[in-house]
Amino acid sequence: MTTASIPAASGRGRQPTKLRRAVRRNVTAYGFLCGALICFAFFSWYPMVREVILSFQRTNFVDPPRWVGLENFRTVINDPAFGPAWVNTAVFTLLALLCGYGIPFVTAIVLNELRHARAYLRFVVYLPVMLPPAVSVLLFQWFYNPDYGLFNQALGLVHLPGLQWLNSTSTALISLVIVSTWMNMGSGTLIYLAALQTIPSELYEAAELDGAGLFKRIRHVTIPQTKLILLVMLLLQIVATMQVFIEPYLLTGGGPENATVSVVYLMYQYAFNFGNLNAGNALGLMLMIVLMVFSAIYLRVSRDNTV
Amino acid sequence: MKSHKLSILLVSGLAIAAAAACGTDDSGGSGAKASAAPAGAGPVSISVNCEPPKTNKAERATFEEDLAAFQQLNPTIKVSKVTDAFPCYDPRTFEPKLASGELETVFYVNFPNVGRLIESGQAADITPYVNEIKTFQDYNSSIDLFKKDGKVYGLPTDGYGMGLVYNKEVFTKAGLDPSSPPKTWAEVQAAAKKIAGLGPGYVGYGEYSGNNVGGWHFTASIYGRGGSVITDDGKKAAFNTPEGKAVLENLHQMRWTDNSMGSQLYIDWPALMKAMAGGKMGMMLGAPDVLISLRNDFGGKFENYAITAQPEAKALFNGGAGYMINPKATPEQIKAGLKWIEYKFLTPGKGQFDYVRAKGANLTVGQPYPDLYRADTPSGQAVNDLRTQNANIDAAQFAGWVEGSKGIPPKAEPGPYAQEIYKILDTPMSAVLTRKDANIDQLLADAESKVNSLLASKG
Repeated sequence: MTTASIPAASGRGRQPTKLRRAVRRNVTAYGFLCGALICFAFFSWYPMVREVILSFQRTNFVDPPRWVGLENFRTVINDPAFGPAWVNTAVFTLLALLCGYGIPFVTAIVLNELRHARAYLRFVVYLPVMLPPAVSVLLFQWFYNPDYGLFNQALGLVHLPGLQWLNSTSTALISLVIVSTWMNMGSGTLIYLAALQTIPSELYEAAELDGAGLFKRIRHVTIPQTKLILLVMLLLQIVATMQVFIEPYLLTGGGPENATVSVVYLMYQYAFNFGNLNAGNALGLMLMIVLMVFSAIYLRVSRDNTV
Repeated sequence: MKSHKLSILLVSGLAIAAAAACGTDDSGGSGAKASAAPAGAGPVSISVNCEPPKTNKAERATFEEDLAAFQQLNPTIKVSKVTDAFPCYDPRTFEPKLASGELETVFYVNFPNVGRLIESGQAADITPYVNEIKTFQDYNSSIDLFKKDGKVYGLPTDGYGMGLVYNKEVFTKAGLDPSSPPKTWAEVQAAAKKIAGLGPGYVGYGEYSGNNVGGWHFTASIYGRGGSVITDDGKKAAFNTPEGKAVLENLHQMRWTDNSMGSQLYIDWPALMKAMAGGKMGMMLGAPDVLISLRNDFGGKFENYAITAQPEAKALFNGGAGYMINPKATPEQIKAGLKWIEYKFLTPGKGQFDYVRAKGANLTVGQPYPDLYRADTPSGQAVNDLRTQNANIDAAQFAGWVEGSKGIPPKAEPGPYAQEIYKILDTPMSAVLTRKDANIDQLLADAESKVNSLLASKG
């Protein structure tokens, strides 16, 4: 059917018909979509909108809120802990990437190469993920005890001096990174392992025939074949580690001397210890903007590639 | 393509509709007013919190008995809702409950949060009604914390001053006399050194250093030495003084020169309590209620602990808790709420002061708190007499504190921004306990400028 013979008026009249047809054809799908949309609207988008609004208000939840412009942002920026919180969060994220990104990948490669006890070792690696985070953190509190902790006892066995771990400004942050890596590496390892098992074995066989050793096979086969998953995991890990909270909250209280205070921990302080929910929202908005940049990159990467 | 646009249209429409549907009145709904009965239209309805948990059978039973007796005595008042969430005051849920109208008419609050709630208008002004409370005029200075600009915003129901809690068994092991605890900081240092000398795991003196409790104990220590944290007008920091320096130097010396404080950091309230209950710690700053808490909450042997006066104290940090009224309550509800507070917490021989019943229920009687009334008032004398007559614990465990604290004035929290100030003061506390090379002058100067900036920003 051509549109040349159809008058303009009837052309305009056809649009609703097309729309009706499209709606009829997809009504079930839209029905299912509605459920998800309502959930997102209630539990994700609306709180986010409210957070933005509250960032520019002062409210005590008794009287009507007052618009205060950028006052909450000024309060947060002038806080002496603001700078250290961002620096600590950035350093934590960087260290967590170095440890928590590389170690699971290497572990996955090792597990993938194993011929025996693979299932058992997979279970062992994944075990920490099954522990509630608070339990893991409290377990490490004992490991780190300078007097009778497991780590210093282990160092003592090899005649090395014990460390202060959480009690020193120079080792507290890396101590938190170790906890975080141990808690989360199981999930990463399993994802990498799943990606590794999708690589056709012919590629490895061909590489072996060409005389490639283990490291060359990893460099020329494994990494190129898992590039997308590595990139996606990198971005997801940045977004996750920048929201570090439970480790400083339970292990160090942001100390010693603000050495482990993170942005989310500072938000918690504002909202629940200082009774300034609005300043907490302002800081949350700042963090959200930073995380949105990484999320946008993630979406772009996901769109441009198919896993 | 058209289908794609249609999807976007539908998605946007639904999201906006849902968000709009979620919109709430920012004033927080009608809250307590919803349950308010108009004058003369039957009983006024109130809700209360802080019922003891089910695990604490004896205390819960007495609470419920008091609720029933109170309503029988006041047929025009109906207690429609009672909550037993623990902790009684939780800053994480307070504002959400207030915003959603779920906050109880009568709510518990601990001293560090009182000033902030008054400052932010989150507690009702009860000034017109306080003179109906028979014992109001007998209050000691703990009531001042609930006052601002001549108005009253709540009532203390539990008050105490700081002291030095010590483990008698550890003292004996270390060759110290538990009946003659340290009276000066030099004696504390000497005793701590001896206790640490007992061997691995023994800590002579324990102290907090994080999560705001470090700053809280710095405040208690500097008050004891006669110093302050902020100026009387609340505009400037006042701890960069010889008294403040003495607090930090004392801790630094015990930690690094004497090695009598162990190397564990205590960053939240339970951490030090657990260590003390563990039986290898000699001393810590604490209030008389610490002894009961060590037994009830941390499994410590009650008979092993005692409390004496804070060494060389010139003022005692005034700790405790009280009750405030929902700012959305009606005048009738405020009056009814105050009647409940009076019956349950303020009347000698009733509620928490029914020591005859407490003794019968095998609850501890004889500890020198709550300390609410001046000793020379009828209420103060009545409470003290009842307590003495029904005591079922060894008064000697508290005797040092009672005698040693006599005449030492109480001193309140450092204003409405106490928690922010404590957070800043955590830094010097953690520094002296984690760094041998800590520069105390520099730490105090840094903290002072931070507190000054904070107070200036608050106007």
